[in-house]
Amino acid sequence: MVDITIRKRPDTEAVITQRKFFKKTARGKVIKVLRERYLRDDVGCGIQGCHACAELGNLPPAGETGHSAFPMGHFLLPDTNVFLSQMDLMESNLFSPPIILLQTVLDEVRHRSLPLYNRLKALTKADDKRIWVFYNEYRSETAIVREEGETPNDRNDRGIRKATTWYQSHIPLAHGRSASSSAMPKVVLLTDDAANRRKAEAEGLAVSSVRRYVEGTKDSNQLLDLLAVVGEDSIEPTRAVAARSALYADYLPTAAVLAGVKSNQLHQGHFNANPYNYLEGSVSVPAFTKPVLLVGRENMNRAVHGDIVAIEVFDESEWKAPADEVVDQETTLKNDDAEDSDEEGEGEEVLEQEKKVIQSEENKRPPSEKQPTGRVVGIIKRNWRAYVCHIDMSSLSNTHSTSLSQQTVFATPVSRLLPRIRLRTRQAPQLVGQKILVTIDRWDNTSRYPEGHFVRALGKAESKEAEQESLLLEFDVPYRPFGKAILDCLPVEGDKWVVPPKSASSSEWRDREDLRQLTICSIDPPGCQDIDDALHAKRLPNGNIEAGVHIADVSHFVLPDNPMDTEAAARGTTVYLVDKRIDMLPSLLGTNLCSLRPYVERLAFSVIWELTPDAEIVNVRFTKSVIASKAAFTYEEAQLRKDDPHMQDEITESLRLLNSLAIKLKAGRMAAGALNLASPEVKIHLDSAESSDPVDVEQKELRETNSLVEEFMLLANISVAKKIQETFPQTAVLRRHLPPPRTNFEKLQDILKKRKGMTLDVSSSGALAASLDKCIDTNEPAFNTLVRIMATRCMLSAEYFCSGSVARDTFGHYGLASPIYTHFTSPIRRYADVLAHRQLAASIAYAPLHPSLHSKSHVERVLDVVNRRHRMAQMASRASVEFYVGLALKARGEREQGLVQEEAFVIRTFRNGLGVFISKLGIEGLVMFKREVKFDPDNYTVTLPFELTGNNDVTIAVFDKVTVNVEIEKDKNTQRGRVKLTLAKPIDSRNM
Amino acid sequence: MVRQMVVESVYCKILNDGGFRSDGRRQYELRDINIDLGQQGSADGSASVSHGLTQVLVSVFGPREAKMRSQTIHDRANINVEVAVAPFSTGERRRRGRGDKRILEFASTIKSTFEPVIQTALYPRSQIDIFVQILQQDGGVLQACINATTLALASAGIPLLDFVCAVTGGVHSTSPLLDLTTLEENDVPHVTVAVMPRTGKVTLVTMETRLHVDRFEDIFRVGCEAGKVIHKEMRAAVKERTRSVGSGGGPDVGDRDVVMEERMEDY
Repeated sequence: MVDITIRKRPDTEAVITQRKFFKKTARGKVIKVLRERYLRDDVGCGIQGCHACAELGNLPPAGETGHSAFPMGHFLLPDTNVFLSQMDLMESNLFSPPIILLQTVLDEVRHRSLPLYNRLKALTKADDKRIWVFYNEYRSETAIVREEGETPNDRNDRGIRKATTWYQSHIPLAHGRSASSSAMPKVVLLTDDAANRRKAEAEGLAVSSVRRYVEGTKDSNQLLDLLAVVGEDSIEPTRAVAARSALYADYLPTAAVLAGVKSNQLHQGHFNANPYNYLEGSVSVPAFTKPVLLVGRENMNRAVHGDIVAIEVFDESEWKAPADEVVDQETTLKNDDAEDSDEEGEGEEVLEQEKKVIQSEENKRPPSEKQPTGRVVGIIKRNWRAYVCHIDMSSLSNTHSTSLSQQTVFATPVSRLLPRIRLRTRQAPQLVGQKILVTIDRWDNTSRYPEGHFVRALGKAESKEAEQESLLLEFDVPYRPFGKAILDCLPVEGDKWVVPPKSASSSEWRDREDLRQLTICSIDPPGCQDIDDALHAKRLPNGNIEAGVHIADVSHFVLPDNPMDTEAAARGTTVYLVDKRIDMLPSLLGTNLCSLRPYVERLAFSVIWELTPDAEIVNVRFTKSVIASKAAFTYEEAQLRKDDPHMQDEITESLRLLNSLAIKLKAGRMAAGALNLASPEVKIHLDSAESSDPVDVEQKELRETNSLVEEFMLLANISVAKKIQETFPQTAVLRRHLPPPRTNFEKLQDILKKRKGMTLDVSSSGALAASLDKCIDTNEPAFNTLVRIMATRCMLSAEYFCSGSVARDTFGHYGLASPIYTHFTSPIRRYADVLAHRQLAASIAYAPLHPSLHSKSHVERVLDVVNRRHRMAQMASRASVEFYVGLALKARGEREQGLVQEEAFVIRTFRNGLGVFISKLGIEGLVMFKREVKFDPDNYTVTLPFELTGNNDVTIAVFDKVTVNVEIEKDKNTQRGRVKLTLAKPIDSRNM
Repeated sequence: MVRQMVVESVYCKILNDGGFRSDGRRQYELRDINIDLGQQGSADGSASVSHGLTQVLVSVFGPREAKMRSQTIHDRANINVEVAVAPFSTGERRRRGRGDKRILEFASTIKSTFEPVIQTALYPRSQIDIFVQILQQDGGVLQACINATTLALASAGIPLLDFVCAVTGGVHSTSPLLDLTTLEENDVPHVTVAVMPRTGKVTLVTMETRLHVDRFEDIFRVGCEAGKVIHKEMRAAVKERTRSVGSGGGPDVGDRDVVMEERMEDY
């Protein structure tokens, strides 16, 4: 059994063993705190074989004898500042004298910077270091109390000196003799504080500054490099903290902001953070063609990505070009302390550092690239929501899982666009390594970080469930199961529902055409369950061709203004993740009753054209119908069937007919100036349905049949758009793609011209399409695709709109080069299509239009939601693919036991890195250089100087093809697996 | 100064790598115990006990006739416990009324701890009043109250089956700690155990925090051991008091104390 004793604390010692102090709570109340401490004689000195101490030490009895100034051997006793400013030196494996680390020093480091403290802790456990922690505050001889009028700093210095004195007198005891102290090893007080050194010398202690000490060591040459340059006077270490000072300017009062915006003195817009540089953000405002740049913390003034802000634009003389350096918040603010920034006094080093980063970017860019700059003066609307975060490990002050103490920690959002959030929690140790949901509560102008609170834990980071849920939350996808009220709107027959037999009295058959005898088939990707379109074609006696597109009649089941309709409108779209689909409609409808499955009768909304063999439209009609699909093909099956000359049946014939028309339709569209754009699309192969471990990634293949379906869907959408716009000029649900402002292309044009000598004509979509076709590098077939991807990124995104809300001349769809467009063909997975169906049904007098669809404001409101959901859904699926690509890469790395290498194109150059695009994986990443490289922003090149490469300078430019090593590295702080890229060819950059 | 101290309290480690707790004790070291059994006013027995900076004063009146007839029990004595918390006992001044649920619960815990220990059957239809005053709080208030009540009862000459010795135990990560301060109580799950050292019986185990079931046994055992250590201290204090009273230093001496002394020899 353990030895239980009672420690005695005589009243006579109360002066030194008892302390009373006052503290102020967060609410401003003053509390008296009384503490006691027990002083003891059994705190070990750490010297091996010490005769006086019972504890086993790790310091050699003779100390370190290799130093020129202390031939008799010595122990090093550094003060706090040595650790605060010279941690790199301490961590060097060339620096290994026996070190006595005082508790006073350890605690002070902890107050000053938790990350540094954690580094120091790791150091005390390292094998190649000989560090002994001496608990001087608990040893009766070395414990001291602060005297009247003494600053905490002076008190600690005195404590350190007292401990040094004690050690010096203890060493003879440790050796078990009372030998003359000249032959004994010395204890050297290491400090850069001149005043402290003077006092120590007066007390007869051995003392040295860091520089002088290092100069005397064996490896002084290498070690001197590690010394941080700190002027001796500049260290005023634990300076008393000034009162909380405001870090940010106050916001203007709401009335002033609104008046300013009205009078055009202020501008209003969405705040967009820069994912590459946390010190920069931008706001697009109508008054300027280029977005207004906000540089630095003060100018961004507590705006968070997505907020609607009011900004003031600076004088033209202060306009700047955006930064070309990657500035990572995690590295710049590594040593920032969650607890400490409560009282921001000590953050000045960080601010200095940030200022340096900002200033280094100025002056170097040509004036032509200057953008307006400004600052945030008010927030019009905060768009804060719950963010998916990780707890930053290094901000934890207590990692024991049983600890119930409240601590302040940083939560690092998954999204790079958001600042770290400070939160107080009692369960921090349990939350480490989990994905958690955090909301921002407020951001005071005295606080560098916003403050938030913990909402709930999502699960272990990198587990599929947690990642999936975090994706959905991050992109605000509603993913709750459908409620009872919604499910009650489904047909009562459930999955037994069938199209009733044809009869005049049946409500299903009212005004429906019977198209059951037509040879209709559907073509979809493999595994598709929600089939919303089917096609047919046949020759007419007059030589023309009848082609039909049949779309699932969702509006028959989803009636306006019932709970299911409201829910679908709120969801806006079905979201496809790699291994999950978040439906817009209950799956009974989506995958069964509406889905145009083969061999069963289904209700449809048909668009039927009469086309000449040259694909000219003779006439078009729209009708509700009943169809019975004869086959459901995948793109591949359809392609094989069409190409197989032995197949002569009716379905195959109709496929061939459709294909021939599609080719002509496409040619017509291209001639009109439609763009053939590319986006990096990849496909994830999953191992099996249950484990869904990704096995490999492959680029999506496009077949002729993909284009077949696409052409007819476009044709249907365009025909429907014309019809509903004609009938409901005020409220038709349409889709448009605005032509991108020319300035968007400037950078790409410049790069193309300088790197490849090519030009890009952006005067119209047709001209752009033509000049994109000319961007061909004969040696590099993928180059064209790359340019197309980059061009796509310069464009705006398409959007739904209500025809009465915008000018008639802005209806056009730029990418498709169509004057009018809508979405009609996928009502199972898009809500806009459902609206289009209702409007089309009303325009052919099938059913009266629901009054809400006559109201412009209502349609606008619904489409706003749908647009947002659509954007979010796209981002969510992309992120999901990215996550699985990461998993696949990890699996591949493990399988191949080594580096995964892939070819990549450089798409951007930074002062300290390269942006590369790996087309095979469809991912984009950064190659960062830690060492200095030459960067030429005008020519978009980065040169690795010969000192790094060994022989010649290596220049890498935008569009160069490189080979990169792809590794998945787990970020230590955030537990987030991230792709780490290093160059493999033309030069290995792993240690640059 | 203020800042320095505040930061310290935030960062204070419960158990550092050198095996020291925030006040310089090691895991199994109890705080200084001070026991004063001097006469307090007109009380029949009283004891002031401090564990470190926690201090309580208990006065016992009785056995005497019950003030209210309704409270009498025909075959044994009724135990009445009243707890008062001095507003100055915590850093933050706060007045707790008599009806405070927390205090009532505290009193009933003490009452149920002593019910099986006091030989109430010897005093039918009478009442024993135990007034507990908490003067200073720094963790382990319940243990101090129980220990002081035992001593006050003994000094009042009320027959007990045994001493009741209480101690708080906590667990930091996997290391058990004994006799927690407020700082530690706020941070680690903790259990208060009251034992009767002679028989080894446990009269109270209470816990208001969550504790892993695997850790419970460790703490519980260590707590029982620690109870015995505290018992030695209490017994020494009682003997010392008896000696000083017996040598004529004190006021009026009753025989009862001598009887107690004899009975205690075989513990």
